[in-house]
Amino acid sequence: MAIATSAPTRARPAITPGRVLFPLAVILVIAFCLAPFAWAVVTSLKEASTIYRSPTDYLPRPFTGDNWEKVITLPRFTRALLNSTIVASSATAISLLVGSLCAYALARLTFPAKRLVLTVVLAVAIFPGIAIISPLYLLFSDLGLINHKLALILPNVTFTLPICIWTLTAFFRDLPRELEEAGRIDGASRLQVFTQIIAPLAAPGIFTTAILLFIAAWNEFLFARTFMSVQDQYTVPVAIAQFEGADIAAATPWGEIAAAAVVATLPLVILVLLFQRRIIAGLTAGAVKG
Amino acid sequence: MAITRPDHAAPVPSAAPAVAAGRRWSAQQRSEALFALWLVLPALATIAFVAFFPLGRAVWLSLWRINLRFANTPRTWQGLDNYQQILSDDRFYNALRVTGTVAAATVALEFVLGLAFALVINRSFPGRGLTRAAVLVPWALTTVVAAKVWQLVYQTEYGVMNRILSDLGIVSSYEPWLANSNLALWALIGADVWKTTPFVALLLLAGLQLIPGDLNEASALDGATAWQSFWRITLPLLKPTILVTLLFRLIDAARMFDLPVVLTNGGPGRATETLTLYSYRTLFQNLSFGYGSALAVTTFVIVLLLCFVFIRVLGAPVGEGGGR
Repeated sequence: MAIATSAPTRARPAITPGRVLFPLAVILVIAFCLAPFAWAVVTSLKEASTIYRSPTDYLPRPFTGDNWEKVITLPRFTRALLNSTIVASSATAISLLVGSLCAYALARLTFPAKRLVLTVVLAVAIFPGIAIISPLYLLFSDLGLINHKLALILPNVTFTLPICIWTLTAFFRDLPRELEEAGRIDGASRLQVFTQIIAPLAAPGIFTTAILLFIAAWNEFLFARTFMSVQDQYTVPVAIAQFEGADIAAATPWGEIAAAAVVATLPLVILVLLFQRRIIAGLTAGAVKG
Repeated sequence: MAITRPDHAAPVPSAAPAVAAGRRWSAQQRSEALFALWLVLPALATIAFVAFFPLGRAVWLSLWRINLRFANTPRTWQGLDNYQQILSDDRFYNALRVTGTVAAATVALEFVLGLAFALVINRSFPGRGLTRAAVLVPWALTTVVAAKVWQLVYQTEYGVMNRILSDLGIVSSYEPWLANSNLALWALIGADVWKTTPFVALLLLAGLQLIPGDLNEASALDGATAWQSFWRITLPLLKPTILVTLLFRLIDAARMFDLPVVLTNGGPGRATETLTLYSYRTLFQNLSFGYGSALAVTTFVIVLLLCFVFIRVLGAPVGEGGGR
């Protein structure tokens, strides 16, 4: 399209409906996204007796930290936080280790059956977990792995590995090609080129991918609920789904559930606040550029 | 996507002089391909072990009658009988209808809302970073946690949903959101729309950012209204992103489990029992591993068909995907 590039002075209309409506739209978007979470925070600060009041109060009156204290000191819950951390980190580490090699080959090397490999990776991404859960259950029962973390880490890899491969493939593809060629000319082997030139350069991309994988594995529920039947081994989602308060005989302990929900979410919210830009880049890297 | 790059014959001193632009593979190319295969092998082996092998076994299990309730009950060969039984299983059709309704409604609503969100956060304004971070919160939130929070919000007597709606004068009496079949289905849809609209918005945002800004400026200069630019320029250019996004969402909606199991536990009755939830209950409550596996495999086939039809009919350019 041929346009005069010589400073087109566009006269802006002083006030458009857009100018007024736009801030409103921003506020609506933020309110939509945060309101339920805010409600969990409010409820977690309410006293048990006031939670069941009808109509409900918009703000906690009186204000109490009891629910938080109970949840943070509840061994079942802290145990679940630890379990989730172990499972999610392990699944992330395995996926990165195996996936980065594969992604590098897909992004940079020429080899036969490349399209087939891509198709296989994509195919796994659409597997519903339910389609593999019955044989895995029988397998883990036979191997005595039920209630063992390995029985969660391995199935989690089924969905973290494909995410890892797509995201990293997109990141690797963006690195300048000349670097590898220079490395090769300097006499580095292909593996050295990957481990010493490409991997360090792709570190930000690998870090971003790690965050995505960690969040995905942290949130997994289907396998965790099925393969972990003792409370000691519950991950955070299972612990919250089956939450019984400190006093098991009491009615649904909504205050404690809300506090647990907020505590379980805080690590993710912090990750999101710190790495918003990277997460968005990573989340969309594979999807849109291909 | 560059599948084969003929231009990779970089000048490498050790290689034999690259003669006669290779019909055959040079030593250089062969060593690269071999190296690549070594790199790909661990991933393929892992995928085979954790995904394809179990899937194959699920298909095999689906051909038997297996009940784990009683130890030592012998397996009996069923052939395709389990699948035949599915075809006349009312509960299966109910789950199919629930899943279909939820998938259609959530994907449609999430697309419209997500596009609106994407258009908002695509503009530059003070506080945009924080707004984007806020948009990431529902996406990052554990689905189970979201389901619990929504369960609290939807409570009839002391839930905040009824309080807000009655304060606004939208409802005159408190609605039993989770106890009425119709309302529960919409409560489920509402919670999913909240949870997943951000994901849709972010993918569409990434697509919007690929559209050169000067295109819209040019059309504004030519006198097009913002609305016209949106329909004639933005939407057509966004089409590939839209298709990929819709495909992701459809796949995810078709296998929905966490939200219905925690929010409504499939109820009231079976009003929100999705395909995955029905398969799960058959497997782990009835302990019918044969029939349950058949249901699970059927769910998988439905997802697969959905992808296939979507790609064929709409020509979705599926290169590679993003996160979930």
